Amino acid sequence: MPVTVRIPTPLQRLTNGQDEVTCDGKTVAELLGDLEQRYPGIKERICDPQGKLRRFVNVFVNEEDIRFLQGDQTGVKDGDEVSIIPAIAGGSGVAK
Amino acid sequence: MLSKEQVARYSRQLILPEIGVAGQETLLRASVLIIGAGGLGSPAALYLAAAGVGTIGLVDPETVVLSNLHRQILHATESLGRPKALSAKARLVALNPGVTVRAHQERLTAANAAERLQGYDVVLDGSDNFPTRYLVNDACVRSGTPLVHGGVVHLRGQVLTVLPGRSACVRCVFPEPPEVGAVPSCQEAGVLGSAAGILGSLMAHEALKLLLGLGEPLTDRLVVFEGDRSRFREVPVRRDSGCAVCGDVPSLRAWTERTEGCQEASAVRSQHVADL
Repeated sequence: MPVTVRIPTPLQRLTNGQDEVTCDGKTVAELLGDLEQRYPGIKERICDPQGKLRRFVNVFVNEEDIRFLQGDQTGVKDGDEVSIIPAIAGGSGVAK
Repeated sequence: MLSKEQVARYSRQLILPEIGVAGQETLLRASVLIIGAGGLGSPAALYLAAAGVGTIGLVDPETVVLSNLHRQILHATESLGRPKALSAKARLVALNPGVTVRAHQERLTAANAAERLQGYDVVLDGSDNFPTRYLVNDACVRSGTPLVHGGVVHLRGQVLTVLPGRSACVRCVFPEPPEVGAVPSCQEAGVLGSAAGILGSLMAHEALKLLLGLGEPLTDRLVVFEGDRSRFREVPVRRDSGCAVCGDVPSLRAWTERTEGCQEASAVRSQHVADL
C-alpha cells in the first residue's frame, strides 16, 4: 500500500533530490525498510545500527509522533503521510 | 506613562486593542535575552527593539565576516571585523535609542549560562550549534524561563516555544543532539537569508506574544517551515514525563555534563563531516 513519505532536506541527496517519495509497508518499520531498498544508505541516517530511531529525528504519521503511538510498529495505510523531521542547529554546526 | 516621543514612535501598535498603553508599558519594562546575533538573532533583535522591549541582551562571541551579510541583517559591510554583539548593539540603539542593549561578546557555556539568563523574561535561541542549543534549553528549564527555540538551514526551519515544566522542551522533542556531521550546518548545506528572516521574525513575534500574554504560544506545536513550497506545517509534540531535563525525575546534571562532552567531541571530530 503506497504511503507518502516526506524527506527532510539533509536526506534529499539520497532520494535524488525528491522531497516526497512513495513507499510500501504496513508499519513504519516496513516503510523504512522499503525506503532503504529504494534509496540505499538513507536508513542509517534515520536509525542507529540496532534499527532504533535516532534521537534527533522524529517520525510522524499524519502529524502524530510515533513515539506516542506504537513506535516503529505504528501501522500505516494507503494515503497516509509520513514525515521525517530532524533537529536543526543552523550556523557553523561546530561548537568552537 | 508614555512620553510624547513614545506615543508617536509606538502609535501603530498602541492602537491595537491587544496592546494599548498598558501593553506598551509592559514591553518597555520587559527584557529578552537573545543567544546569537546571527541569522535568526538579527531579525528577532530588530523587531524586538522596534517594538520597544526595554532591555535586550545579546550573547555572541564572534566577529562580523563577509559571509554573514547575506542573511545577518543586523550587521553591515562597514562593521566587518567588529564583534557581532557590539555591531548589533549599535544598530539596535540607532533604530530605537529607548532600548537598553546589553552586549555580551562571549560564548554561552555551562559555567556562565545561569548568570547570563538571570533577570530575563524570555530567551530566544538563535545559536548555531547543537551543544549550545541543548545548553540553552536545559538552562531555561532549570531557571523556569520561557524559551523560543528556532532553527534554520537550507530553505527550511522550525520554531517551538517552551514553557518549562508545562509544555514540551527541546529535549522532549529531540532527546539527544546528533553526532557531528549527521545534520548539516548552514556552512555545509547553505541557507537563504529570507528563510532565516521568516523564522527569526516568527521568534520575535512569539516573544512579544509571551510578554503581552497575547493569543496562544507555539507550545506543544513544532512549526515547520518548508521554504521551497512556502508552506507552514505544524506537528503536535508533547512534554515527555521521562524527559531528562523537564520530566518528573530530571537527571539534569548528567545532561549538562554530556553537553560539555559533546563540545569536546565536536572539537576532536570536526574534521570528519559525514557525506550526506
